[in-house]
Amino acid sequence: MNPGLQELTRLFPPSRLLHRPGELAPYESDALTAFRARPLAVVLPESHDEVVAAVRFCAQHQLPYVARGSGTSLSGGSLPIEGGLVIGLNRMNKLLRLEPKERIAVVQPGYINLQVSQAAAPYSLYYAPDPSSQPVSTIGGNLAFNSGGAHCLKYGMTSNHVLAAKVVLPDGETVTLGSESLENTGPDWLGLFVGSEGLLGIATEITLRLLPKPETYHTVLAAYDSLAKAGDAVAAVVASGLLPGAMEIMDSLAIKAAEAAVQAGYPQEARALLIVELEGEIPQVEAEARRLDQVIRQSGAYEVRVAQGAQERMKIWKGRKAAFSAVGRLSPDYIVQDGVVPRSRLGQALQEIERLSEHYGLRVANVFHAGDGNLHPLILYNGRVAGELERAEELAGEILRLCVALGGSITGEHGVGMEKKAYMTEMFSETDLAAMQRIRRALDPLELSNRGKMFPGGEAPALKHSGPHPLEQAGVIWRE
Amino acid sequence: MTADVLYPTSPAEVQEAVRSQPRVLPRGGGSKPALSTPGEGQAVLDLSGLSGVLEYDPGEYVLVARAGTRLAEVEQLLAQNGQYLPFDPPLVEQGATLGGTVAAGLSGPLRQRYGGVRDFILGVQFVDGEGSLVRGGGKVVKNAAGFDLPKLMVGSLGRLGILTELAFKVFPFPKATATLRITFPALEAALEALYKLAGSPIELYALDLEAPATLVLRLGGLPEALPSRLERLQSFLSRSGEVLQGDTETQYWRHLNPLNLGEGYLVKVALTARQIPALEKALGGAPRRYMSAGNLLYMAWNNDLERLDTLLKSENLSGLVLKGTTPRPQIGIDLGQVMGHRVTAALDPQGKFTPYHP
Repeated sequence: MNPGLQELTRLFPPSRLLHRPGELAPYESDALTAFRARPLAVVLPESHDEVVAAVRFCAQHQLPYVARGSGTSLSGGSLPIEGGLVIGLNRMNKLLRLEPKERIAVVQPGYINLQVSQAAAPYSLYYAPDPSSQPVSTIGGNLAFNSGGAHCLKYGMTSNHVLAAKVVLPDGETVTLGSESLENTGPDWLGLFVGSEGLLGIATEITLRLLPKPETYHTVLAAYDSLAKAGDAVAAVVASGLLPGAMEIMDSLAIKAAEAAVQAGYPQEARALLIVELEGEIPQVEAEARRLDQVIRQSGAYEVRVAQGAQERMKIWKGRKAAFSAVGRLSPDYIVQDGVVPRSRLGQALQEIERLSEHYGLRVANVFHAGDGNLHPLILYNGRVAGELERAEELAGEILRLCVALGGSITGEHGVGMEKKAYMTEMFSETDLAAMQRIRRALDPLELSNRGKMFPGGEAPALKHSGPHPLEQAGVIWRE
Repeated sequence: MTADVLYPTSPAEVQEAVRSQPRVLPRGGGSKPALSTPGEGQAVLDLSGLSGVLEYDPGEYVLVARAGTRLAEVEQLLAQNGQYLPFDPPLVEQGATLGGTVAAGLSGPLRQRYGGVRDFILGVQFVDGEGSLVRGGGKVVKNAAGFDLPKLMVGSLGRLGILTELAFKVFPFPKATATLRITFPALEAALEALYKLAGSPIELYALDLEAPATLVLRLGGLPEALPSRLERLQSFLSRSGEVLQGDTETQYWRHLNPLNLGEGYLVKVALTARQIPALEKALGGAPRRYMSAGNLLYMAWNNDLERLDTLLKSENLSGLVLKGTTPRPQIGIDLGQVMGHRVTAALDPQGKFTPYHP
């Protein structure tokens, strides 16, 4: 046995220390299945102290490690480091405290996103960030990658809903960042920590802010004979001064796929579908709905449907949320990107993506958060055809560069991880990245915590064709 | 002793100043003297010349400006397009700048609806302690690339870098607003109503508590829905209160923006509503106003600062002195921790931004 492993057996019982090839296999990849790496071992801590012990062990042996929840990262953020340790946090999955009156929930990192809203539901409260992975993704992972969802324009991302975190730093020390207050009187250390992709430490206790559930929703589905018209409709909604909770667009490829998968009742021949959702107090939403309907009617939609009741609303969203896995049915493999462009450049970006798609001879389906310019091009390829994966990767890279060139970002919500680290230099100068590196090395001089992610360079495991994640094949998670 | 004052008008001049001076303190409009009065050996970087809006397309909900740009200029530009800074920064007419507002981490009553300055900052450019010009974040409303340096700078008080450029998310201002003032017989009843409102789907733009027992609630939205929402609010609380509308309402909130609460120090305190009862017992007659459902307190303190420091510590609270002069504007419990110390040292290895030698 590896001497390091030997020592780990003193820290973790055999049931929570995995090191046999068969045990390690499920941990070799995350939702970015093109990458794969074999860790030395996986430990499954059940307490803060055990996380500290694992981190101290790694510091002492200069062993790189990655903390992992459900492994739904689309950017390869939870991909193991070859020969390093995986600290699996799924057993730290408790709701520690729910205080409906104060509207907070304190959870362990392995607690599932959707469970927060479920636990809060009896008190008419909910947890706002809603990544499509929410039935399986954990709060710890959401926090590390500052997960988004469909409601970010109005309500922000994970970072805007985390109040405090107990964090194990890479040297094993523990700090508490933030407080139960929404306000603060010094540098926002918690703000820095959220979204740091596991490079600055591991959160073991997280205080979340809960919001009262909106009194009512008004969900509109509009069908267009061109993507440009749908894009213009979004601009018109914004110009009207309305601030919808969500605005989503799907193109024809995504519509057909979603329809085939979940029979959402979408108009199948549409070239583009726009979903707009208002929410809030009943009198306000009723007044907004009248204005919205006017805007949509003038936007050239050839069919407009308004969800009558919760069931119809869920059906509209079901198609949207299932679109990704549905598109997966059209193709053996796909890559999804999440670049952001200024809203006014959406049309230009989509046109350019279409051109690139033709140039590379690969189909691209588009589903995106139109309200905040967050694209989600799905690049379809067949990993069994020699060279297709590489072509798909190249096309994906072109799209990221396009987003930056249009004044946007390489990632809106999936994070940089392994996948996009080579493109960080498109967005940030050497000086910018050096400053971020200085911050990182101040806390982790040996770069043990999630080594090889976010920053360009460093060793990367070889690209391998490996098909969709098992959970994705089972339809449990979606890439978005 | 008169401190040196430098007037950089470009990021390059800020870099030069940081490189050439042993210790520097940034100053915008000087509206928060407790944070912008130099200590011994500190040169002041007056950033009022580093001013101007660089990018603003109302359809994008994004505004980019130099850090020394005055809030008044920004708000005027936004208002022309029916938009606003949703975190509602104070001290607008007093000359406060975007940079100073971010560095002090200040928001106002309207933060109740969509969040504070940390929730609306998108991008930052700053000069670190070695004189490097660093960018973080971006100029789009959604972005997850790299460390969130924009958020880190909120409340950083010039200790981590000199802000030179900032990008914010902005929103449309509600087409109509109305305010309801309700005085309760005692604090307990007012707090009970505050909790009831904060946990309800009623969407308030402001949820303030005026000591001792008055709630001030601001509604915003479409004009045709406002009368019925106001009625619903009144019946929800079983009280009719005093309704402010039109110019009276606008003026009411405008008068609050300068935070002219009373004589003495002006202090911000971060807290939660559950800490209010104990604090109210301890504070005595100090003029004060709680905002955003009890998450934010601004108060005037006309007494020894040490007394307030002790009082806040005993309530497990932290405060920030904004007006009045003190070498240590951060009072109450010590928020320092090892992560903070190390990151500060990484961005400012030579201690250029250290306010005093302990």
